[in-house]
Amino acid sequence: MAEKKYAYYSGCSQETSSKEYDISLRAVMKALDVELVEPEGWSCCGSTPAHTVNHVLAAALAARNLALVEKMNMPVLTTPCPSCLTAFKEANHRMENDSFKKDVNSLLDNPYNGTVDAKSSLQIIYEDIGLETIASKVKYVFTELKVAPYYGCIMNRPPALAKFDDPENPIAMDKILSALGLNVCDFAFKTECCGAGYGYTKKDMMKELTYKVLDMARDAGANCIAVACPVCQMNLDLNQKEINKDRGSDFNMPVIYFTQLMGLAFGCSPKELAIKKLIVNPDKLLKNRMLKSETDKGQDKEKLKASA
Amino acid sequence: MRVGVFICHCGSNIAGTVDVARVAAEARKIPGVAFATNYMYTCSEPGQDEIKAAIKRENLDRIVVAACSPRMHENTFRKTIQKAGLNKYFLEMANIREHIAWIGNDKELNTEKAIDAVSMAIAKVMQNKPLHATSFKINKRVLVIGGGVAGMQAALDCADGGLDVVLVEKSPAVGGIMARLDKTFPTIDCSICILGPKMVDVGQHEKIKLFAYSEIEEIKGYIGNYQIKIRKKATYVDWEKCTGCGLCMEKCPSKNSYDYFNFGVAPTKAINIPFPQAIPKKAKIDPNYCRQFLKGKCGVCAKICPTGAINYEMKDEIVTEEVGAIVVATGYGLLDQNILTEYGGTRYPDVISGIQYERLLNASGPTSGHIERPSDHTEPKTIVFVSCAGSRDKSIGVPYCSGFCCMYIAKQAILTKDHIPDSQSYVFYMDIRSPGKGYDEFTRRAQEEYGAQYIRGRVSKIYPKGKKMIVRGADTLLGTQVEIEADLVVLATAAIAAEGAAEMAEKLHISYDTFGFYVESHPKLRPVETNTSGVFLAGACQGPKDIPSSVGQGSAAAAKVLSLFSRDMLESDPAIAQVNTNACVGCLKCLKTCPFQAIVEDTLRSGKKVAKVIETVCAGCGVCTSTCPCGAIQLQHFTDNQLLSEVSAICQM
Repeated sequence: MAEKKYAYYSGCSQETSSKEYDISLRAVMKALDVELVEPEGWSCCGSTPAHTVNHVLAAALAARNLALVEKMNMPVLTTPCPSCLTAFKEANHRMENDSFKKDVNSLLDNPYNGTVDAKSSLQIIYEDIGLETIASKVKYVFTELKVAPYYGCIMNRPPALAKFDDPENPIAMDKILSALGLNVCDFAFKTECCGAGYGYTKKDMMKELTYKVLDMARDAGANCIAVACPVCQMNLDLNQKEINKDRGSDFNMPVIYFTQLMGLAFGCSPKELAIKKLIVNPDKLLKNRMLKSETDKGQDKEKLKASA
Repeated sequence: MRVGVFICHCGSNIAGTVDVARVAAEARKIPGVAFATNYMYTCSEPGQDEIKAAIKRENLDRIVVAACSPRMHENTFRKTIQKAGLNKYFLEMANIREHIAWIGNDKELNTEKAIDAVSMAIAKVMQNKPLHATSFKINKRVLVIGGGVAGMQAALDCADGGLDVVLVEKSPAVGGIMARLDKTFPTIDCSICILGPKMVDVGQHEKIKLFAYSEIEEIKGYIGNYQIKIRKKATYVDWEKCTGCGLCMEKCPSKNSYDYFNFGVAPTKAINIPFPQAIPKKAKIDPNYCRQFLKGKCGVCAKICPTGAINYEMKDEIVTEEVGAIVVATGYGLLDQNILTEYGGTRYPDVISGIQYERLLNASGPTSGHIERPSDHTEPKTIVFVSCAGSRDKSIGVPYCSGFCCMYIAKQAILTKDHIPDSQSYVFYMDIRSPGKGYDEFTRRAQEEYGAQYIRGRVSKIYPKGKKMIVRGADTLLGTQVEIEADLVVLATAAIAAEGAAEMAEKLHISYDTFGFYVESHPKLRPVETNTSGVFLAGACQGPKDIPSSVGQGSAAAAKVLSLFSRDMLESDPAIAQVNTNACVGCLKCLKTCPFQAIVEDTLRSGKKVAKVIETVCAGCGVCTSTCPCGAIQLQHFTDNQLLSEVSAICQM
């Protein structure tokens, strides 16, 4: 019997282009003894297109899924995707208005009463599971990695809706990565825009923006970027070759889901975490790993030295 | 009993949404009412004459005026009926303006509600008893809280007017924020040069008793007779012996003490005199950094002090002072830069606040007036000023304009050019707010003569790139995004209420707004008074203010105190609590709930224990009345019977 249990909505990206986010999250949750229950028959959250057209329709798409969770009698729905998260949070917020709620429910077979809280998987891991538990599960420390933690634009925004971490300088992922014993860089572009959906329609603009993020990560001394959003991951990971061609740069910076980094630290195999699916190959950086017990000893030695 | 009722139109303020004639007609039907009429402006001289004439003509003995809030004109009409020979407590006001006419548009409903309000007032006035004020002596000493420029001005004006002044300043020296400034706008005169003489006057004036490094512990009493407990915080230096020679500061080995005076721009010693011109010029130990306190050994200052003034065993001391009036001049605070995470909070050493930059400019500051980047002590060439750093930002709870930042940024841009002629300043602004004599011309000078580049738009992000800070913002006039590579960024952080402002307000029984600024009695007509008589405001504790306004208010508050003290006796308000000793069972619950300590235990000749109200201390709040389990303690003019008669009046409608 798992210690904690959450309703889990992976979202469409995690079924397709970023399967590795879903796979690694499930592996990490298993290692942390957290049960994820997928609502049966879940559908599109509405994402960005729906709310640009019609708020009631957008909320209905999200609320259909929230209603499924409500029927399961589960108070919290967690999703790894910041876009799904925003769709759910916004539906919940707008449906606090009774007439809006009525409009939405008139579109649904099963009405939604607004009792399900949506939280990002990052928030669950940071707040509910906590750094101590995470640190206690760490088996290996990857000494080569210098990580730039990249949250993307909407994980913590708008603050009144997100109600988690700081909208300008979030720290949850920094702390999780530090708990894994990783070297975390002070990264100024944690919440800069990656170009998001413009990756499909205005590629040049997206490349301009991803270049800035990659450049800043390198400036900060990072050799890889940790992400928590499938679109950020795709934009940063997929275009480095093209950017190098355009600008004569030489980026070869792995863009890794923070859940994959957690899994690696917990001792999961790269296969279990679908590391192979990443475009920029991180293998070289992952070669050197130490047993955590050894690094502890090392630290003890240093402490002894310091005190002597 | 013959009640007269006067319904005021207040021009169209009331008559616009209330049928005043009908209200008067309905009032006339109520038993006891001998006369009712409506009038254009009841508070005007002919309006008051009408009341006086009606009292004589109709032989009226109780008056109801239905008009504005009693806070506006109750005193006016009390005086009116007094002149006509009635006890002034035979007046009741029905507030049909603020409570009715101004808040609803439905004339029919408003009229009904006005009739209710008037009938309540009629019911109450018929229960009113004549009350008589007693008079008491005033203690003609004044307490000034806060030794910034506003407080010093108030203290000096009062002292020059012949009053004994007690000035309490919580930091080790007077001068406040102004003592930290380099130059002042729009004249660019040296701040400490014009403030210094005032500080010396405060220190030397025979009528001013200065308590520096002291805080208000407790305030008891009432207008004319306050007892103030002052906590003299331990300085660990006997100020009677300290000559301010500064030898201790020179030799102190603890060099990393936080420098409050310099807003942490550079560290100071654990024993220090805050600045060269400090009044009083005395040393003080910061036990958070002193080795003697942290490690139990050091004692360098004690060894070196030529007068043996160091005393590590010193304790806080409480002293009591008695005064008759209080001027509050506790100033303001500055927004914690850490809240501004989009600007890096305090993560980047080369992003500093305006007041810190002021200390870098100042010749007596930690860099002796040389502008240096805190990170590497190099001279910056490109300086970006960000106005409204927190101000006018609803998302962090500061929706208001801090008022003086536009002006001091222009000043700092001018001074920057003076200090570093080959520098370039950029100023991001939302609007340039410069409404003062010579102010707008000054901001133009910064641009036209000193070449400061003004960019209209807000800054969205500040981040480091190599040794530079990149300031990214919008230029809303060009409609484009701009990025400036700066060496140093100065944030004009928002002015907020002083630390502890709310606790101080509670000690003083004065009100404060959502933001912690103290509320004046009337925003236009009583700007330095509070709703607690005897307590006056001066300076930025009431809201952000520049130096001229603060000084003006300091003088204004002093004028109010001097006019209050021009009398020898004050009249007490008879609308206070009174104990019916026959009904009192001596449980003394009232004694515990009274917020003014106005109730004491008393023993009657029969030996029975009862509660007793000290008339001059009671503020008439009524807390005891609702506490008393047997209804023995009654607030005069608001007795249970009087209030219940109002309730039954509306219940009968």
